[in-house]
Amino acid sequence: MGNWIINHGLSALILVVWMAINIFLFVYFYFFYDLGDQFFYTRHLLGAALAWARAPAAVLNFNCLLILLPVCRNLLSLLRGSFMCCGRSMRKQLDKNLTFHKLVAYMIGLMTAVHTVAHLLNLEWYNNSRRGLYDTLSTTLSSLEDTDNGTYLNPVRSASITPTHVAFTTIAGITGVIITLSLILIITSSMEVIRRSYFEVFWYTHHLFIIFFTGLVIHGAGRIVRSQTTTDPPHNFTICKDRPQDWGRIAACPIPQFAGGFPQTWMWVIGPMILYLFERVLRFIRYMQAVRYRKIVIRPSKVLELQLVKAGFKMEVGQYVFLNCPSISQLEWHPFTMTSAPEEDFFSVHIRSVGDWTQKLISMVEQLPDGAQGPKMGVDGPFGTASEDVFDYEVSMLVGAGIGVTPFASIMKSIWYKFKESNPKLRTRKIYFYWLCRETHAFEWFADLLQVLEKEMEERGMGDFLTYKLYLTGWDHSHAAHVMVHFDEDTDVVTGLKQKTHYGRPNWDKEFEEIRKENPTSVVGTFLCGPLALAKTLEKKCVKYSDVDPRKTKFYFNKENF
Amino acid sequence: MGKIEWAMWANEQALAAGLILLTGGIVGVAGQFRDWEFAAYGVAAGVFICFLEYPRGMRNKGTSVERTGQYCLTVCVKAFGPVTRNYYVRAGLHAALCVPGAFILPTVLGCVCLAIASIIYLVAAIRGEQWLPILPKKTEKRVEMGKSIAYPPQNPPPRPPPELRRKRAEDLEGAAYVNPIAVTANE
Repeated sequence: MGNWIINHGLSALILVVWMAINIFLFVYFYFFYDLGDQFFYTRHLLGAALAWARAPAAVLNFNCLLILLPVCRNLLSLLRGSFMCCGRSMRKQLDKNLTFHKLVAYMIGLMTAVHTVAHLLNLEWYNNSRRGLYDTLSTTLSSLEDTDNGTYLNPVRSASITPTHVAFTTIAGITGVIITLSLILIITSSMEVIRRSYFEVFWYTHHLFIIFFTGLVIHGAGRIVRSQTTTDPPHNFTICKDRPQDWGRIAACPIPQFAGGFPQTWMWVIGPMILYLFERVLRFIRYMQAVRYRKIVIRPSKVLELQLVKAGFKMEVGQYVFLNCPSISQLEWHPFTMTSAPEEDFFSVHIRSVGDWTQKLISMVEQLPDGAQGPKMGVDGPFGTASEDVFDYEVSMLVGAGIGVTPFASIMKSIWYKFKESNPKLRTRKIYFYWLCRETHAFEWFADLLQVLEKEMEERGMGDFLTYKLYLTGWDHSHAAHVMVHFDEDTDVVTGLKQKTHYGRPNWDKEFEEIRKENPTSVVGTFLCGPLALAKTLEKKCVKYSDVDPRKTKFYFNKENF
Repeated sequence: MGKIEWAMWANEQALAAGLILLTGGIVGVAGQFRDWEFAAYGVAAGVFICFLEYPRGMRNKGTSVERTGQYCLTVCVKAFGPVTRNYYVRAGLHAALCVPGAFILPTVLGCVCLAIASIIYLVAAIRGEQWLPILPKKTEKRVEMGKSIAYPPQNPPPRPPPELRRKRAEDLEGAAYVNPIAVTANE
């Protein structure tokens, strides 16, 4: 339990607070509409469905306020910067932005369903009262009209129209239908299958959020939920509810007056909407800024290295940028982890040919004449992820799987530079680096980098600062035979490095045990860039091997998102 | 990213439409709305669409992800052959199914969603996509392994090759194994 609190405490606290606010809003507004005297007559027509429609509406307001915030990546970067004083567990929460976005979206979906069903009932019951199917009080209330000395209660203004007609002719009705539809389309196109495989469908459909928010803001403008207003002399419903035929005839019971509630949704969502607008404007400015190519290198196995220079660009290790190449697609922004160190005067990305976009880019670059500038490139960023915290931990445990080694390229380079300058900022005493991959061909450039580092560190007598272990998960017997033959050699046959490559997957229990033994009093930051299954394993191991005693080894888990 | 397979989105959309139609129908029937017969239709159509759309089709490229426990329904849907395979049929079917939903309010949302699904299916059909079942792959390796253990040897080891496996004619009863070929004493 103690271990769990160390690693998940803050996330759990945030979730509990969020859920508590949701529950509070639901309960508060439920009873506000269920018990409020001013809604007595409205409730007489609608029953419990009034409160069941209004309570989700309040929760929806709150969640629509939240949903835009986690996707403002520049805002998050800013927050991360200003949380520097507040410790790393606070900043770590900002990496889970998309998980939170999804969570809020589920809540919006659920509450929309409840809200819509309740309003379907409301409209039907308004319509029935209008047709005089219920008691005299209902009929009387429904036939109140907007006149010089009267106001209506029932928005169904004629006995001959259908609820469908009302839904499509009132502001609340039509906007409700439109925004629910756009929400449904957004949700169906964000399913894992679509998002992972057909990103464009997901990306473009998600922009229906513009319609969603526009509709949401004007949804309440019709003021269709009406409450009784105080009149002079007052209309006391406890006396008057049983004698609607006397309303306006006796002094104690004047005709009751009603007014619509002030629309509140816009007050909830206007702030985040403006923030998001700023975010998009900023992205556009970034897109317009000039970016110069310093060097374009095509590495073996279809890896393209772009070294770019942009005025005023400042990066940290392990951060990523979004690239937009207008000659491929004007609207698509693709994230790439930077592989250069902050100490260098340019920033670089390694782009592997994996999809349409990357393939097109590589073939475009291949056709360039020598020394020419590449196609126009928009750069948004840099954006921070957990890896920039690497130097804050005494001991860092870096795990890269497959293409996931890219952020660590930047870290390794930066360590090298920091050593050369003997930078006092470097708190790290020891780095463990695990690299798991199926085949090394695609990452030859990374092995090159490791080789350079290894040599450099040995020359400075810092050989034990970096411990790295390579795990080749895809291998066969001819491979093994090859290794056996070259067993006595100093360097590895696959990578040419001093450390021998391991075959198969690491035994994490053994590795964690070893690290704990070697660093009995340290705070260890575990950083992963790789698949979800591995993240779960490592997260569990981090919890398992952390000690509640503050003086002993603790593992903090960090994951890079893709 | 590869070519977009619209049918995948159409499938999600149609399944959602089915659920929404079903929910709307239940509300209409339970609340005894005016013309609740249309709501009853909504329930029936919603259930039918959910069953039809639950089994996800196979993707042309890449791995296909099954929905939990869709195998049973995959077999059922596959049984209809070309009717369920062709997306023009689905587009037409959904377009027809959604019409009665427009008559009462609770099913209107489901109706519009289904109409949108029908349009996406039409796009998929025009692009030449079709529904193919995701069935568990039969691995050929297993078959081979099965063969090798299908006929376990009858005689205890050490086993001489069959052509040498003969009893000495002088001691036929004393031999531990059966003679595969008839033997006669050396002449």
